[in-house]
Amino acid sequence: MYDVVIIGAGVTGCASARELSRYKLNICVVEKEEDVCCVTSKANSGIVHSGIDCRPGSLMAEMNLLGNRLMEPFSRELDFEFKRIGSLILCFSEKDLHKLNDLYQQGIENKVPDIRILDKTELRAMEPNISDQAIAAIYAPSSGIVCPFGMNIAMAENAAENGVEFRFDTKIKNIFRTKSGYRLTDENDTVIETRCIVNAAGVYADKFHNMVSSHKIHIVPRRGEYCLLDKMESAVSRTIFQLPDEYGKGVLVTPTVHGNILTGPTADDYEDKDAVNTTADGLEKVNMSALKSVPSLPLRKVITSFSGNRAHEDGHEFIIKEAEDAPCFVDAAGIESPGLTSAPAIGIRVSEIISGLLKPDINPDFKNTRKGILNPKKLSKDEYAALIREKPEYGNIICRCEMISEGEIIDALTRILPAKSMDGVKRRTRAGMGRCQAGFCTPRTIEVIARERQISQLAVTKSGGCSNMVCGYSKESIQEDKK
Amino acid sequence: MISSVDIVIIGGGPAGLAAAISAKKNGIEDVLILERDHQLGGILNQCIHNGFGLHTFKEELTGPEYAQRFIDQTEELGIAYKLDTMVMDISSSKTVTAMNTVDRLFEIKAKAVILAMGCRERPRGALNIPGCRPAGIYSAGTAQRLINIEGILPGREVVILGSGDIGLIMARRMTLEGAKVKVVAELMSYSGGLKRNIVQCLDDFGIPLKLSHTVVDIRGRERLESVVLAEVDSHGKPVAGTEEEYQCDTLLLSCGLIPENELSLAMGIKTGSVTNGPVVNECLETNIEGVFACGNVLHVHDLVDFVSEEAALAGKYAAEYVKSDGNHTDAGKEILILHENGVRYTVPEKIHINRMPDELTVRFRVGAVYKNCYISVYAGQKRILHKKKQIAAPGEMEEVRLSKKTLEEISELEQITVKVEET
Repeated sequence: MYDVVIIGAGVTGCASARELSRYKLNICVVEKEEDVCCVTSKANSGIVHSGIDCRPGSLMAEMNLLGNRLMEPFSRELDFEFKRIGSLILCFSEKDLHKLNDLYQQGIENKVPDIRILDKTELRAMEPNISDQAIAAIYAPSSGIVCPFGMNIAMAENAAENGVEFRFDTKIKNIFRTKSGYRLTDENDTVIETRCIVNAAGVYADKFHNMVSSHKIHIVPRRGEYCLLDKMESAVSRTIFQLPDEYGKGVLVTPTVHGNILTGPTADDYEDKDAVNTTADGLEKVNMSALKSVPSLPLRKVITSFSGNRAHEDGHEFIIKEAEDAPCFVDAAGIESPGLTSAPAIGIRVSEIISGLLKPDINPDFKNTRKGILNPKKLSKDEYAALIREKPEYGNIICRCEMISEGEIIDALTRILPAKSMDGVKRRTRAGMGRCQAGFCTPRTIEVIARERQISQLAVTKSGGCSNMVCGYSKESIQEDKK
Repeated sequence: MISSVDIVIIGGGPAGLAAAISAKKNGIEDVLILERDHQLGGILNQCIHNGFGLHTFKEELTGPEYAQRFIDQTEELGIAYKLDTMVMDISSSKTVTAMNTVDRLFEIKAKAVILAMGCRERPRGALNIPGCRPAGIYSAGTAQRLINIEGILPGREVVILGSGDIGLIMARRMTLEGAKVKVVAELMSYSGGLKRNIVQCLDDFGIPLKLSHTVVDIRGRERLESVVLAEVDSHGKPVAGTEEEYQCDTLLLSCGLIPENELSLAMGIKTGSVTNGPVVNECLETNIEGVFACGNVLHVHDLVDFVSEEAALAGKYAAEYVKSDGNHTDAGKEILILHENGVRYTVPEKIHINRMPDELTVRFRVGAVYKNCYISVYAGQKRILHKKKQIAAPGEMEEVRLSKKTLEEISELEQITVKVEET
């Protein structure tokens, strides 16, 4: 019997788990995928929004502003990449200037710190590669960028270090009310009993909510397609937005914390909650919109494209509360943008609700810090050399584009929540995330994963399930044909 | 601690080996090769098919055999090399920072540097192919390494996009390993590979080649399940209604190679927008004095024989540079080699007549398929070369040889132009 079961190991679920681990509670995170950060949390803009475009007075605005403020201390405690680089919202025509002003006023109302309107000259001085067509912009210095994987994994690892259990490949099929709480069953009919549930199931949060509540909610997967460009120094140094439309913040151009340039997202509503394919039209739209902001953007430097689904709830508002007719079932639903920004605040809010319900004792052993995977590139040359002397595997570069050593990959594979797959390694270390997109390192990474996990190379997957990287040994299939 | 060396060569593939051998033979004792893989030979080690060395050795060798001839010479000449060694940085003053498990992090000050890092394959993302991102999508070279070095078969039902040589070779290789290669699709209306590879790798095995076709969708959540091909129009845009779905568990991409010039760019070397390789002069020297480039890092070659030939020149010129203590013979005026009318680039793209050899090979590619055309070279307004070609195609590198004597006879020479002239 758990005190709390959290459905979903995305950033919302893991932020909640981390905050709840401050209490003496028996907590379990259940996740249908093989790892944390596998769905919406892995495929987004990685932006820490300023909060300008949230509706004043909304929960979104509150969580966004608080999340933004908390990001810096969180990133220090939990050792993940965060940079407060500021953002610009571009206005391209005189007739839209009133919209820019309205947005600015909204930002003031939301108490977004230090925002101001720039004229064309100031804008060009700040970002020389911005389109000539942009006539004004709102500058929001509090906006930032974060490594979405790094943040999600950091929260999960800290939660695990503080005693939270994680069950992966666990797809919840049913939830029943019991006398003492809830009974969850998964696809293998494994039964999990709990006093409380935190519903952090992203695009599936409506499904679980609606199993226990008669106040139905509806979540649409709103797909966003992105392109990632190779590392470059001179494109833009802040996050560049255009004036938002009814579907959201529009296509942005931003540096990432690792020095790449990211463009996207589109916003299209689909039925299929699992589908995250990109489309020719979507990618074309991303490219065209990105060029509108930064005409000189070298699109031939695109190294990959991807898409993710925002969990868009019909009311376009976060639902973070105990369900009215389902006691101890706490929703963290409708967490679309600015969900990543808000995650630290959402975790705290969820934790407050649960602690109000269960009145738990404080966990005296709670440790609020966590150390990330050692990044030798942050060491001095002498320290780096000393590290290789002690652990030679740090001198063996596996991923040449990102310069990731075998030591870092082994670290990722042996942590408290270890990577199990190619994608797991990639999201923790960046091995395979560079300009050759794992062309060179794939065979070597497969080898290291197989060795460290003591499995056959044939069992190594891209992302769990049946996503095996390879199918057999050479000549084997000819042997089979002969049989 | 910083050690010093006369010539450091970045990369121990065919270009690096030939450059090292040549530098040594031209009188430089202190040559060091830095290689990131476990062995010398570079990508040749995974190219176990034959067809290498026809020009150099007048016989057909496999990739490893071809490499071995150079590795043997390297050993015989006592040339130093470090394996499993990754170069992290080269400063513009030619200090190389590298790393391996034995020497750890170390720096080497070189009098001359030869860049021979080779190239990488264009990944899926750079091709803007929409669809899902399941397992089973490999660049052709990755699949080649898996099969030929690791002994692992990536998949059993295969579609190949791109008819570059690696894609063609892999169509045959996968077939020989028992996989079913269903089709090779090529975006262009002509193949990007050598004619002989189309015959020997596709035709001989009955593998269809669909020209003017591309992948418009990739399906499958975990492992690849199918790809959708469509015909493209003359602008490369898919034609609606021509989509055809192919069930497969593997998609191989052979859609072009990109010279690996991240180190070069970081040290301030200028690269050409067509080749993506350093801009070099007649000595294969980059804009940084004493830094030379050769092989696929300079421009992508079809035949390793030409890589070896070019690299040997880079080694020779680097040796001369070191022997002259960094003082070049008076180079005189710099003459640009322009490319026009169907010629996409030239290597080199600038020369000094004083310093050029009696006969200088200029290599280039054309941008489309030309039949019964002429390759012409103009020195200023004067046509100095007019070579008939039955066929010139982007997949096969072309060359012209410039005579020093001819160029010297032209007064006030400002520029040379290489172009395709149709009859």
